[in-house]
Amino acid sequence: MSVSLDIRLKRANKVYHEGERLCGLLVVVSRDPLQHQGVSLSLEGLVNLQLSAKSVGVFEAFYNSVKPIQLVSSTMEVAKPGKVPAGRTEIPFEFPLQAKGNKQLYETYHGVFVNIQYTLRCDIRRSLLAKDLSKSCEFMVHCQPQKAKLQPNPVDFSITPETLQNIRERASLPRFLIRGHLDATCCSITRPLSGELVVENSEVPIKSIELQLVRVETCGCAEGYARDATEIQNIQIAEGDVCHGLSIPIYMVFPRLFTCPTLETTNFKVEFEVNIVIVLHDDHLITENFPLKLLRL
Amino acid sequence: MASVQWHSRSRKYDSEWQASRLEVSAVEFSDYHPLKAITVTDSKSRRGGRKGSTSSSSSSSSSVAPDPLSSMLDGTDPLSLFAAASETPTLPHSVSAGELGRKRKEKEEEVGLDFEPWSSKRGEILSRFTTTEKLSINLFMGSDTSKASSPSSAVSEKVRTRLEELDDLEEGSQRELLNLSQQDYVNRIEELNQSLKEAWGSDQKVKALKIVIQCSKLLSDTSVIQFYPSKFVLITDILDTFGGLVYDRIWSMCADPHPLPESFSADDVNDTAKETCLNWFFKIASIRELVPRLYVEAALLKCNRFLTKCGIQETLQRLTAMIRGIGDPLVAVYARAYLCRVGMEVAPHLKDSLNKNFFDLLASFRQIHGDSVQNQLVLQRVEIPVYLTLYSPAINWILQCVAYRAPEVLLTEMMDRCKKLGNNALLLNSVMWAFRAEFVATRATDFIGMIKDCDEAGFPKHLLFASLGRSLSCADPPESERLSILNEAWKVITKVRSPRDYINCAEIWVEFTCRHFTKREVNTVLADIIKHMTPDRAFEDAYPQLQSVIKKILTYFHDFSMLFSMEKFLPFLDMFQKDSVRVEVCKSIMEVFIKHQQEPTRDPVILNALLHICKTMHDSVNALTLDDEKRSLALLINGFIRMVSFGRDFEQQLSFCVEARATFCNLEPVIIHLIHTVNQLAMETGRVMKGNHSRKTAAFVRACAAYSFITIPSLTNIFSRLNLYLLSGQVALANQCLSQADAFLKAAVSILPEVPRSISIEGKQRSSESFLLDFINNFLSTLLVVPDHPEQGVLYLVRGLLNMVQDYTWEDNSDAKVRVYISALPLLAAMSQESYLYTIPKVDSNETLYGGDPKFIAEINKLCETLIGQVLDHLKSLGRDEEVRRQGSLAFSLFGCLLAHGDLRNNKLNQLAVNLWNLSHKHGICDTRTSVRTLEHIKHQAQQTDMSHFSDMTARLSLQSRA
Repeated sequence: MSVSLDIRLKRANKVYHEGERLCGLLVVVSRDPLQHQGVSLSLEGLVNLQLSAKSVGVFEAFYNSVKPIQLVSSTMEVAKPGKVPAGRTEIPFEFPLQAKGNKQLYETYHGVFVNIQYTLRCDIRRSLLAKDLSKSCEFMVHCQPQKAKLQPNPVDFSITPETLQNIRERASLPRFLIRGHLDATCCSITRPLSGELVVENSEVPIKSIELQLVRVETCGCAEGYARDATEIQNIQIAEGDVCHGLSIPIYMVFPRLFTCPTLETTNFKVEFEVNIVIVLHDDHLITENFPLKLLRL
Repeated sequence: MASVQWHSRSRKYDSEWQASRLEVSAVEFSDYHPLKAITVTDSKSRRGGRKGSTSSSSSSSSSVAPDPLSSMLDGTDPLSLFAAASETPTLPHSVSAGELGRKRKEKEEEVGLDFEPWSSKRGEILSRFTTTEKLSINLFMGSDTSKASSPSSAVSEKVRTRLEELDDLEEGSQRELLNLSQQDYVNRIEELNQSLKEAWGSDQKVKALKIVIQCSKLLSDTSVIQFYPSKFVLITDILDTFGGLVYDRIWSMCADPHPLPESFSADDVNDTAKETCLNWFFKIASIRELVPRLYVEAALLKCNRFLTKCGIQETLQRLTAMIRGIGDPLVAVYARAYLCRVGMEVAPHLKDSLNKNFFDLLASFRQIHGDSVQNQLVLQRVEIPVYLTLYSPAINWILQCVAYRAPEVLLTEMMDRCKKLGNNALLLNSVMWAFRAEFVATRATDFIGMIKDCDEAGFPKHLLFASLGRSLSCADPPESERLSILNEAWKVITKVRSPRDYINCAEIWVEFTCRHFTKREVNTVLADIIKHMTPDRAFEDAYPQLQSVIKKILTYFHDFSMLFSMEKFLPFLDMFQKDSVRVEVCKSIMEVFIKHQQEPTRDPVILNALLHICKTMHDSVNALTLDDEKRSLALLINGFIRMVSFGRDFEQQLSFCVEARATFCNLEPVIIHLIHTVNQLAMETGRVMKGNHSRKTAAFVRACAAYSFITIPSLTNIFSRLNLYLLSGQVALANQCLSQADAFLKAAVSILPEVPRSISIEGKQRSSESFLLDFINNFLSTLLVVPDHPEQGVLYLVRGLLNMVQDYTWEDNSDAKVRVYISALPLLAAMSQESYLYTIPKVDSNETLYGGDPKFIAEINKLCETLIGQVLDHLKSLGRDEEVRRQGSLAFSLFGCLLAHGDLRNNKLNQLAVNLWNLSHKHGICDTRTSVRTLEHIKHQAQQTDMSHFSDMTARLSLQSRA
C-alpha cells in the first residue's frame, strides 16, 4: 500500500510573521481507501542550544546540552477517525502562529550552537497493524520590523603595519597601506553589506582580499556561559595583485537562514561580525574585525 | 536465298520535300518563344496568393496557355512568397496599435545587424590562440576536506585519470586532468557542457551549478597564457548554456496559465518563480571565489528581469565595479569583455556600464606592465609583444560595444583618453579595430602620428599599421591626405624587419593602394614587397599573403594591358615558386581575365604575359594530375585562346596557334580547341573571300588543313581524333582542298580499327559501339559529297570504310556490323541519283564526275547487293530462340531501308521486302504500332503516281495478330 503525505504551504517562500496564519493544504495520495484513527497537525518552535566542546569539554558537550526552549507549540485535529478515499485528497488548513505564553517568536536561525527552528508536522494515526504516517515541514519566521532607525554611519578604516595587534615580529612585516570604509556596521539584514577598499600601496603583492562573515553565539547555562565565534561564509572580493589606488567594492549579501537580526536573550545571544582578511603573497594574513548589528526593518 | 538484284529508287528530292514538309505557320516573334518565361499578367491572383489562400484559382488571363507549374503556384513561386512574408512580419492578431509602437521602440534599442556578433569572433579567436603546451583542468566538486586525500604516487598517471573518470563528477570528487593537448582540452570542455545539460535535464540543479562554478574557476588560471583567449571562448560557451537553461526554467514556471509576453515586467511573474530566481541569486552570492561568482552572476544577468525592473542595470554596475578586484589584468579584461557581451545581449540600451567598463580598463591599464605580470611572463617564457596581442580580442570587443552607434563626441573623448595614457599602442590598435572605419579614416593622419609616437618595445607597430590599413580598406580618408598617408605608412612598413610581419602588414596596405592610386604606386609597392621577400627565400612562408596581394590587385585592375605593363607584376609572380601555389595564382589571374576581358585582344604585352602564365599552368600537369584539375586548367587556357584575335591577320593567328600547340601539347582539350580554332580560321578565310579563294588564301587554307592534319594524330582519345578528322575533312572540302579532304577521310578510315571495344567515360567502362555507329553514320553522310579520287577506283572511300567495318573486331553477338551495312544502303542509293541531295559549292561530286554513268550505277548496285547478301546471311545465322528478337528488328530495319530506297517495282526486291516483313513478324515480337504506321505509310505512298506497285504489296503484307 503506497500512501504519500505532503504539506503544502501557500506562501512560496514559507516566511511568516507572528500573529499571521499559516495556510496550506495537506495532500494525501493513496491508491486504496485509507482507514485512520485521526489526522492531527502540530506546530512547534524550538531554540536548540548546544555547548561547544571547546568551552566545556567533549563529554559534557555531549551530555550537558541545554534543554531546548520551546517558543510555540500547539496541535489541532484536522480530521476525526475515519477513512480517506482512494486517490488524491486535499485537506485545507489554517493555523494561527502565536507565541506560547509571554514568549517571543525569534527569527529562524541555523547556527552551530544555536538553532531556532519552526516546524509544522502532520500525523495520521492508524490502527496497531499499520504504521502511523507523518510528515513535517519547516517554515521560516521573520520577526516584526524593528523600530530602530538605520543611520548611515560609515566606518572608515585604514590598515597599516602600525595599526595591527597580535603580531610577533612587527619588523618582518612588509609595508602596506589599505584604506577604506564600510557604509554602515548597523545593517539591514535584507540589504547587502557594502563599502569600498583601496590598496594604496603594498610592498608585497596581494594574493587575495576576503570578507569573512562570522557569527558569535553565546549560550548561558548553569555552569556559566560559552561564547564561540565561527565562520558563516567567506567571500573573496579581490584576487591577485590588484591595481593600487583603485577602489574595490566591498559587497556581501547576508545569507538567509544563517543570519538573523542580532539577538540577545537571557539564555543565549547571537551576534555577527565581519572580518576583512588580506592575504599577502608571502602568506601574511592581515585581519581587520568589525562587529555588526543586524536589524530587520 | 539467291543473290538479290538491287535497283535504287530514283528520287525527286525537290518534289518530295515540297510534298512532305510541314506547313509553315507564321508566328509573331515577340509573342511566343518556347524558352520565354510565362508571365502571368493577372496581378489580383498574385495578391491572393500572398494572403496565403490555398485555393489555387486558375487565373492566367493572358493568351498564353497556362503553365501547369506556374498556375499551381498562383503566379508566385514559394521562395518569393516566403520573402514577401518576411517583409511584413507576422504579428499576432491581438497586438494593439499602442503595443505595436512600443515594439518598434524596443526594436530600436536592440542591437542591429550592423553589430558584428560574438559568434563571428569565436572561431577566429579559437583558431588564432592556440598552444602546443600541455594543459590541465582541475575540477573540484565538493568540500575542501577531500583535498587532503591526494592519490598515492604509486598509481600511474593513466590509471589515475581513469579512476577519476569513474567517479566522474560525484560529490566530493576531485579531478585533475593533466597533460592534456589542446584538442583534448577542447573535448573535455565540451564533455562538461554535455554533462551540464544532462545534469540539468535530470533535475540535478546543484550539480549543474557546481559544474558551472568549476568551469568558471578555470578562467582565473593563467597558466599557458597563450591559450587563455581560447579558453575564455570555450568556457563562456558553457556559461551561456547555463544562463539559458536557468532563464528558460524560470520562464516556464511563469508559463501557467498562459506564457509571459515578450516584454513582461516583474509584476507579471508569480511568487514561485520569483522565489526560485531569488534562490539562485542567494546561492551565487555565496560562491567563495571572486571570478566564478562574477561569471556565474553575469551569466544569469537576464534573470534579473523576473525580480525587479532596474535589477539588470544595478547588477551590471555592481559587477563592473567588482571586476576591479581581479588583480590579473588579462583575467580582468576578459571578464569585462564577457560582461559587455552579456550586457549587449540583455540590455543594449545600458551604455553607461559599457563606458564604465572601458574607463575602468583605462584606469587599471598600468597593471599590464606591473611586476606580477612581468614575473609571470618570465616564468612562462612569453614575450611582451605576444602577451599584448592576447588582449586584443577582449579590448576590441569592449570597444566595439562601446563604439556601437555611439555619438562622434564620445568616440573623440575615448580617443583622447587613450592618447593620454602612456604606451597606449594596445589601445590604439583596438580603437582602430573597433571604431567605425569612417571615423578612423577621416583621422588617418592623426593615427599615423600616434602610431609613430608609440613605444617600440611594446605592442608591435606593424600590427598597428595593419589595423589602420584594415580600416582604410573599408573607408576612404580625405582625398588630399591619401598620398601622404600611403607614404607615411609605407615608410614604417618598409622598415619592418621580419618578413612575416612585413608581409602581413603590406598585404593589407596593398588594398588601399590599389583602391586609390594608379599602377605607378602599385608597382612601387610590389617592388618593395619583392625586395623584402626575396632574401633567404622568405616568400616561401608567405604564399597565402602574396596570393592575397595578387587577388586584391586583380579586383581593382581589370585592364590587363595596364596590369602587365607594370614592371614588377611578372617578377612578383616569379616569387610563387611552389608549383601548387603558382598554378593557383595563375588560375586566379586567368579567371579574372576570362571574366573581365570583353573583347578579343592582340596586344603583344598581354599575349606574352598570358601565354607565360598559361604555360606555367600547363607545365604543372604531370602524370599525377587529377582529371578534374586538367579539365579546369584546359578550360582556362581555352578561355585565353578564345580571347586572342588578330583580326584580319589570319596568318598571324595561325602562327599563334602553332605556338600555342607547342606550348600546350599536354592538355588534350586545348589541342582540340586549337584545331577547332584553325578550322574556324579556314572557314573564316573562305567567308571573307566569299568562297573564291585566291592563290594566296588557298595556300593559307591548305596550311590550316596541314596544321590540323599533323595535330590530330597527337590526340589520344580515339573519338576526338575521328571526329576531328571528319570535321577537318569537311572544312577542307568546303574550301576546295580536295586532296587534303581525301587525306583526312582516309586517315579517319585507317584508324577505325584502332577503336577499342570499350572506352572509359567518366570513370566507367562503356561499350564504344554506339559511339562508333554514330560516327560511321555521320561519316557516311559526308561521303556522299566527296568526289572519287581520280587514281583510285570507284567509290574508293566507301569501299575502304566497308572493308574496315568488315575487318573490325566487333563485339560478340552484336549486330553493329550489319547495322552499318544497312545504313550504307541509303548512301549508296543517294549516290545513284541523278542529282544529289546536297553538294558543296565549287566542288564537283560524283554526280558530275560520272554523270549517272550506267557503269557507275552498276557498280553501286553490285555493292548494294553484296551488302544485302551479307545482311541476309547474318539474319539466317540468327535462328536461335533467344536471337529472334534481334532477327526481327534487323529484318524490319532492312525492310524499311528497302521500302525507302529500293526500287520495289523490281519483283525480286519486292519479294525480298515482303519476306523480310514476314520474317520480322514471324515471332510476334515486333512493335505492332510501328507495323501499323508503316502499313499506313505504304498505303499513303501508293496513292502517288509511279507508286501503284505499293498497293499490291500492301495486300501481301499481313499484320501479325497478337499471339
